[in-house]
Amino acid sequence: MLEISNLTHVYGGGPGAHHALGGIDLKVAQGELVCIVGPSGCGKSTLLRSIAGLLRPTGGTVTLGGKPVERTPDDLAVVFQDYSRSLFPWMSVGDNVALPLRRKGMDRPRRREAATEALEQVGLAGAAGKYPWQLSGGMQQRVSIARALAYRPALMLMDEPFGSVDAQTREDLEDLTLRVRSHHDMTILLITHDIDESVYVGDRVVVLSKAPATVAGDLRVDLPGPRDQITTRENPAFVHLRAEVGRLVRGMRNDPAVSS
Amino acid sequence: MTGRSLLDNRLLCGAIGIAGLFCVAELAGRTGLIDPIVFPLASTVVGRAVELAADGDFLADVVSTLGAWAAGLLLTVLIAVPVGFLLGTLPRVESALRPVLEFLRPIPSVALIPLALLLFSDRFDMKVAVIVYAAWWPVLINTMYGLRDVDPLAKETLRSFGFGPLAVLWRVSLPSTAPFIATGVRLAAAIALILAISAELLGGGSSGIGTFILESGSSTDALEYTVAATIWAGAIGVISNSLFTLAERRLFHWHLARTEGTR
Amino acid sequence: MRFLRALGRLWLVPVVLVAWEAATRLAEDIFFPPPTTIAARMHEMWFSGPAERLWLTDAALENIPTSVGRLFAGWLLAGVIGVVLGVMLGRSALLSRFIDPLVQFGRAIPPPALLPFFLALFSVGAQMQIATIVFGIVWPILLNSSDGARHVDRQHLETSTVFGLSRSQRLFWVILPSAMPKIFAGLRLSLSLALILMVISELVGSVNGIGFQLLDAQRSYDLPGVWGTIVVLGVLGYLLNSVFLVAERRVLSWHRGANRTT
Repeated sequence: MLEISNLTHVYGGGPGAHHALGGIDLKVAQGELVCIVGPSGCGKSTLLRSIAGLLRPTGGTVTLGGKPVERTPDDLAVVFQDYSRSLFPWMSVGDNVALPLRRKGMDRPRRREAATEALEQVGLAGAAGKYPWQLSGGMQQRVSIARALAYRPALMLMDEPFGSVDAQTREDLEDLTLRVRSHHDMTILLITHDIDESVYVGDRVVVLSKAPATVAGDLRVDLPGPRDQITTRENPAFVHLRAEVGRLVRGMRNDPAVSS
Repeated sequence: MTGRSLLDNRLLCGAIGIAGLFCVAELAGRTGLIDPIVFPLASTVVGRAVELAADGDFLADVVSTLGAWAAGLLLTVLIAVPVGFLLGTLPRVESALRPVLEFLRPIPSVALIPLALLLFSDRFDMKVAVIVYAAWWPVLINTMYGLRDVDPLAKETLRSFGFGPLAVLWRVSLPSTAPFIATGVRLAAAIALILAISAELLGGGSSGIGTFILESGSSTDALEYTVAATIWAGAIGVISNSLFTLAERRLFHWHLARTEGTR
Repeated sequence: MRFLRALGRLWLVPVVLVAWEAATRLAEDIFFPPPTTIAARMHEMWFSGPAERLWLTDAALENIPTSVGRLFAGWLLAGVIGVVLGVMLGRSALLSRFIDPLVQFGRAIPPPALLPFFLALFSVGAQMQIATIVFGIVWPILLNSSDGARHVDRQHLETSTVFGLSRSQRLFWVILPSAMPKIFAGLRLSLSLALILMVISELVGSVNGIGFQLLDAQRSYDLPGVWGTIVVLGVLGYLLNSVFLVAERRVLSWHRGANRTT
C-alpha cells in the first residue's frame, strides 16, 4: 500500500548542503507494522515527514494506496514524539480527539461518540473532560494515539512515539500499540532509535544507514504471538534478531546486497 | 529567482508599502473619492512636511518639545531607578507600598494635566512634571522586575569572596538589571512624547509641537499643516525608538544572547 | 483569613490618608485640599442623588456612562481591527514585509497629536473621540496579535496539516487559541491606554463625559472637583483592569495550567 522509490532529500544548497536521504526504496504491505531504526540524526524524521506530506522531498516518489503523495494524504495520521506540543493545550482531551473528525463531516454527537470509543481503547475512558496538561506524559501520548485511532487512517505514522516517557510507561504503550493494531486493520510505520523496541513491536525492521540515509537492512521478525514483555524478550530468536539489528545500526556488517 | 530575492529585501518591500499608501491616498483625493477639502492630498501634506523641515518657527517648536521630553525622561530615570532598587531590595517596604502604588497607577496620566496647569505657573515645569508622573511607571516596574531576575548564585559567589552588600549591588545587581531598565526607558520615552504633546495641546503655552498643531488650527489650510506636523511627530517617535533599540542591542548584546538561548 | 491578611497588607493606605489630611490641613494651600474636602466634593458631584438611583446624581448618570460607553466602543473596535490585521500580518511574512514600516510609523505617532485632525474631520462628538481612541490603542493589539500568530508552535501546525483541518478550522481552532495569551496582553495594555485617550479626547473636544467635568472644574478653579475627578478616573481605571484580569484568568485558564506543569 505504501511504496517509496529512490527517495532523496537535500537540505539547503551549495557546500553547506545536508544530504539527509540518499535514495530510499521501501515497500510496505497492507496491515504490516514496520519499524524503522537508525542512528540518531540519520534522516528518520525526514523520511516520515516526506511520507506525511509535510515536506517535499528533492527527489524520488512516495505513493500511498496507488496515489503519489504531494500534500498530506487524507487517510493518514501521525503520532508525534512530543505529545505536549502536538496536543492542543486549550482543548479538553475529548475535543482534541474529536477535532480531526470535523473534517469528516461527522455531526457533534457522532464525533463525541467516536472520541469516547477511541479513548476507551487506549484505557482513558474517563479522561475526556480533562485538559492534556492535567495528565501524565504517558497518558498524553495515549490521547495522541486515541486521536489517530478515531481518525481511522489507512496508515498510521509514529515518530519516536515513546521517546519521552519512562521505561515502564514505554512498555505499556508498546503493548497498547500491538493491541490496537490487532484490533484495527491498520498499517503502521513506527520510527524509533531503540533496537529492542523495533524488534519487539515490528513485523519487519528496516535499518537506515547514517546520513545520507539508505536502507542498510530489512529483516522480517518471526516471533510467536501474542508478544509479551517478558517471554518474548527472552526468546532466542528475539535475542538473535536484536543483535543483528544492532550490528546493522552500528554499521559493523558490510552487506554488498544492501548498498544502494 | 531575481523576483524572489527582490521580495526578500525588507527595505525595498517596506518602501513599496509606504509608496503604495501614498499613491492610494493621492488617487483617492484626485479622483474625488475623498474630498481634498476634508482630507488634504497626500502630495500636499508631504510638500508641507518638507516645508516645515526648513521652517525656523516649527524647528523651534520641535526643540522645545524635545527639551521638555529629554528633561522629563532624565528626571524620570534619576527618580525611578533608585526607587526601583530600594523597593526591589527591601521586600517589606515594597509590600507595604504596593497597595498605594496600585491605587496610583491606574490614574490616567493625562487627567493630571488640568491639575498641573493650576499648580505650575511655568509651562516647562508643568510639562516635565506630567512627563515624570507618566513615564516613571515603566522604568520603576522594569527595574523591580529586573532585580527579581538577578541570579542568586552570582550574588552568593561574590558574597563568598567577602564582598559587602554595596559591592554586590554595584557589581552584580546593577549590571544584570541594566537591560531591563533600558527596556523601561525605551517604553518611557514613547510615553513622555505623548505626554509632552498632550500637555502642549491642553495648556497652550508659547512653543512646542502640540502648540504648533493647536495654533495652525485657525488658518485656512490648517489641516495640511496639522497632518504634516503629525507626520514629523511620528518620525520623531520612530527615530527615538530606533535609537533606543539600537543602543540596547549595542550595550546589552550579552543579555540578548542569553535570553534567546534559553528560549 | 485570606481577607484579613489582604486587609493587613493595606495598613499603609490609611496611614498615608491620615498623613495627607494632616499635612494639607496644616499647609492650608488651596491647591492641595484635604482628602475629606475632596471626598465631600465627590459625594456632592456624583453620589448625592436619590436612593432609588443608587444615590447617583444627574451629573454622574449623564457623564460616567457616556465616557465608559465611548471607551468600550473604541476598545472593541480597536480589538476587532487589531486582531484581524494582526493575525493577517502574523501569518503572511510577505504582507508584513510590505506593511511593517507603516505599522512602526503609525505606532510612533503620539495619538494626541491627531486630535486636531480628527476634530476637523468629525467635529466635536463621539465619532471623533472613538476615532482617537481606536487610532491610539490599536497598535499594541495589532503587534501582539501578529506576534502571537507568527509564533504558533510548528508542531501544532503540522498536527493540523496531518489531520487535514481546513484553513478556517486551522485559524479558529489552532492559530487563534494559540495566539490568545498574546492577544489578551495587548488588549489589557490597550484598555488602560483607552482610558487615557478617552480623557484627553474629552478634555479637547467634548460637551460631556468625565474628562469634560474635569475641564469644567479646572476652569472654575474648583480644586476639590479637579482632585475628585482624578480620583474617580483612577477608580475607573482600577475597576477596568480588575474586571479584565478576572476575564483573562477565565479564558486563559488552560494557558496557566499548561505553563505550570511543563
